[in-house]
Order: sequence, then C-alpha cells, then structure tokens
Amino acid sequence: MNASELKELKLKAVEVRKGILTATHGAKSGHPGGSLSSAEMFTYLYFKEMNIDPKNPKWEDRDRFVLSKGHTAPGLYSALALRGFFPVSDLANLRHTDSYLQGHPNMNTVPGVDMSTGSLGQGISTAAGMAKGAKYLGKDIHVYTLLGDGELAEGQVWEATMFAAHYKLDNFCIIVDINGLQIDGRTKDVMNTAPVDAKFEAFGCNVITIDGDDFEQIENAFDAFHKNAGSEKPTVILMKTTKGKGVSYMEDQAGWHGKAPNDAEYEQGMAELEAARKEIEEA
Amino acid sequence: MADIKKVATRDSYGNALKELGASASDLVVLDADLAGATKTGIFQKAFPDRHFDCGIAECNMTDVGAGLAAMGLVPFVSTFAMFAAGRAYEQVRNTIGYPHLNVKIGATHGGISVGEDGASHQCCEDFALMRTIPGMTVMCPSDDVEARKMVKAAYEMKGPVYMRFGRAATPVFHSEDYKFEIGKGEVLNEGTDVAIIATGIMVPEAIEACKTLKDKGVSVYLINMPTIKPIDEKLILDAAEKCGKIVTVEEHNIIGGLGEAVCSVLAENHPVPVKRVGVNDEFGHSGPAGELLKAFGLCADNIVEQALALIEKTK
Repeated sequence: MNASELKELKLKAVEVRKGILTATHGAKSGHPGGSLSSAEMFTYLYFKEMNIDPKNPKWEDRDRFVLSKGHTAPGLYSALALRGFFPVSDLANLRHTDSYLQGHPNMNTVPGVDMSTGSLGQGISTAAGMAKGAKYLGKDIHVYTLLGDGELAEGQVWEATMFAAHYKLDNFCIIVDINGLQIDGRTKDVMNTAPVDAKFEAFGCNVITIDGDDFEQIENAFDAFHKNAGSEKPTVILMKTTKGKGVSYMEDQAGWHGKAPNDAEYEQGMAELEAARKEIEEA
Repeated sequence: MADIKKVATRDSYGNALKELGASASDLVVLDADLAGATKTGIFQKAFPDRHFDCGIAECNMTDVGAGLAAMGLVPFVSTFAMFAAGRAYEQVRNTIGYPHLNVKIGATHGGISVGEDGASHQCCEDFALMRTIPGMTVMCPSDDVEARKMVKAAYEMKGPVYMRFGRAATPVFHSEDYKFEIGKGEVLNEGTDVAIIATGIMVPEAIEACKTLKDKGVSVYLINMPTIKPIDEKLILDAAEKCGKIVTVEEHNIIGGLGEAVCSVLAENHPVPVKRVGVNDEFGHSGPAGELLKAFGLCADNIVEQALALIEKTK
C-alpha cells in the first residue's frame, strides 16, 4: 500500500475508535476495550479487504464477516456505519430500547451484520458453515471471523477449527485478537490459551502472526491468506494488540473490557483521538 | 397388531431426505458420527457430496447448520434428541432460534423407546426445551407416513423446525393419501365421553386404547397431535367442549411437553380436568423398548386405566 492509502486507513481507524467511544458512551454500557484493540482490523476488513456493497447488504455473492467475539459490536457497528451501511449518527443509540443497534450483533436488524453472535465460541462455527456453504455452492466467497484470545477457552472453537481443516476450507480466515486480557484479568492467569500458534498449526491451519495495529502487516497477512487459496488449509491470523488501544486510560486495563466511559472520560478520550487524527493528518 | 407393518420413524426420516434430495438441490444434511443410527446414511449413500459429517461435535454442527442456512441452503441437522435438544440447546436457542434461521433439526432416538442404551440416551425433555424457544416449530410424527410428510413440510416452510423421530419400529396406520399440515391435529375418532390427545409413537397405543374403551362402552374423541408447537388450539378446545375431560399421552416428561401445552390452552380458554400420561418426572433405564414402554405406563393398557379413572373422578 502506498503512503496516502496508509494515511487514509489510519485516519479511518481513528474515526472507528471515535465511533466506539460515542456508542458505548451513548449506551452507558458495552465493551470498548476489545472493540478498540480490533479497530485497525475492522477498518481494514471493511475499507480494503472485503468484497461488499453497503447499498446491497444482502448481496448473496458478498464476502462474509462473523464477529465471533460479539461483545465488541461497537467496533463492528462503527466500521459498518462509516462504510455507509447505516448513519453514523445512529451509533449514539447503541443498546437503547428503541434502537436497532442491539448490544450484540443482530443479523436481522443491523444492515451489514452477517450473523447474530454474542455467545462466545459459536460465531466461528457459523463462519465455518458459511465457508463450507460457499465451497458447496461453488462460489468465490471469502469468510472471515474474529475471535478474542479469551474466547479460545471455549471448546467449540476447536471443534470448528477441526471442521474447517477437515473440509479443507482455504476460503476461511480465522482472526484472533490477542490483547491478552479478559474480564477476570490477564488471559495467561485466568485460563492460559497459549501457545495459540502451535495449537492452530497442530489443528492443520496456516498460521500468520502479526502486530494488529500495523496496517502493512495486516495487508501482508491477507495477501498470504489469498495466496493460501488452493492450499486446502484454513488461514489463521493471530494479531497482537493492546486492549483499549488509542484511549490512554483504557490501554491494557482489564477493567475497560465491559465498561462505558462517563462524560468526562468520553471528553478526554475524544480529545485524545482528535489529537491523534491531527498528528496523522499533519505527518 | 402383529400383522401390521412396522417402521421406525428414523428410517422414515432417512428415506424422506433421500426422496426430497432428488428435487431439492439446496437441501444438505449434517450428522455427528451417527449417520447409521439417525438413518441420514440413506441420504448420504444417494448424495455423498451433500452430506457433511461433523464428527462427534454436536455444538459445532448445530452452528455450522446456521452458517449454511445463512448462505441460502436448507440444512437438516441430525443427531440423537439428547444431543440435538440437550447438548446443543444454547446453540439452537442463540444461533438458530434468535436469528430465526432456516435450519431443520432432525432428532432421532427420542424418548424411553431408545431402550437398552438407558437413561443417558433416553431424552424425555426435548419438547420442553424446544418449545420455549421463540419461533421454533416442534413436531413428532406418529408413524412412517406422517414422518415422511412432515419432513417434506418442514423443508417447504421457512424457519427453524425441531422434529423428533423414534428408534423403535412402530405400527404404520396412516395411508399414503393422508394430508399432513403443520400446526393441525388429526381426529382419529369422534366421541363424547373422554378425549385422548396423543403424539408420536403413543398414537398407535392410543388407538388400541380407544378400541378397548369402545368395547367397554366409552365414547372416545381421539386426536393425533403431531405439532407440539404451534399447537392446534381450536381442536383442543373442541375436544374440551365435547368431552369435558382430556387425557394427554406422550413419550416425554409430563413436565413441559404435550400435556402442559394442552393444559395451557385449556386453562386460559376452557378449563376442564386433564390427566397427563407420560414419563412421571423420572429418568429411564435400560431394557427392550417394548418392556420399558409398559414399565413406564406408556402403553394402551395404562391409557385405558387412566381414561377410566378420569371419567370416574369427574362423575
């Protein structure tokens, strides 16, 4: 990618982060930490990687994305809104009684959401089913799913991975946000899921480890995914990230897994993101 | 009924899938290492590229079904009732029920008649679990003919469906011209003294009971109720008005199944005394299916006894 493209993506990621703060602040609840850590990934998927059409969200030949870590809906919604699936101004209505923006992704109410998720470990199975379905139908459709590293403790994740490898789903990309934190603390202390790379390799996947904040590394990982077509193996992208990335007081704090910023915190966070935007703009 | 043809409804399931498969190109079948037992192996043999074995991983299989449905296919997710409704309950609730996906769950080996495998595999709770999921259609066929027509009707409707089939061979009493409709009960005998509403393989037992009661001078309104949800309220109320007392019969815990579904309709519209014949809130055990059904009172003799007792009680 060239410098101007990189700059555009970085600016977009800042907007995604602002949307996350706006949504969780408006909801007075929700999950900012894991939404922020995946902001670059959401941005890249919806602005660069996926073959989608915001004007036709149900287009049957589109690529699919399943947010297996469904609690990070604010990140997904923010990217979808900025990509034009629905008005950005609706983000502030997240989780409100009369809002279509449900606390966890709902495929029947939110334009652009390909699967209803929220119960951890299940999204990856539905995505594997979509990838299998695409192969069965002979369609050139790519299916992406995003999990958290805490989610890997769910046994169903490994049932799904086994299924994906068994059925040679090389159109399937499993992305894991390794921010190292979950509700009760550090993943390595709560239930150690490491070594994640060796586990997925042993299950028969092509595994790529990247810095999840780095767009060039994300691009290279997806290039590798596309080169894996024909390898008969699913691709796994393990991205090292920082939970709460971009908002200083949230960074690497388990306490910000599922807590909304209050008014003062919101103002501070938005000011920090605005400063980050200016810095990218002027670089 | 020794001279009557007997077929296990799990065989009907496999045969119906194969028959449908020839014209329905969007129909795919999933199984969890039980294709020989659930009889999806019949479909697999005819359409090997449309049968996906998911291995012994029912939760994953259930959600793979949701993913396939989201791609526009019509998956029939197949395993034993214990695992389809029990183990994968939350997958069905959150990822088939909540998004209202077009997944059909074919659950075989329902109830006590699983037999020798014992309580761990004798699911008598599946109606209760599946009924509480909003938008879920719950059905249980009474014989081979109804089972095959049910599978076709499930394929033709949009939305999630749970179907329970049996392991044991049971009498076939419908003729091929029987018209099956989802949500509709079938009147097998008109009567005025007592109504018997049965589902699944209890229907042939209820037919036998009806004959015995007739010999004793009792007029029975006999109903086959293949759809547990949405239940045929109109027919239940008709039976209540005509007979004033109802016996329900199911191979399921008396908690949460057909009996309670009937009671709910009656309690809110036309209260009449009811006797629920079913598994009395207990686990099963090993034994041949026929012996077990008798031991748990899931047989014509006990239906007769309970019907007479209800008539006596309400005199």
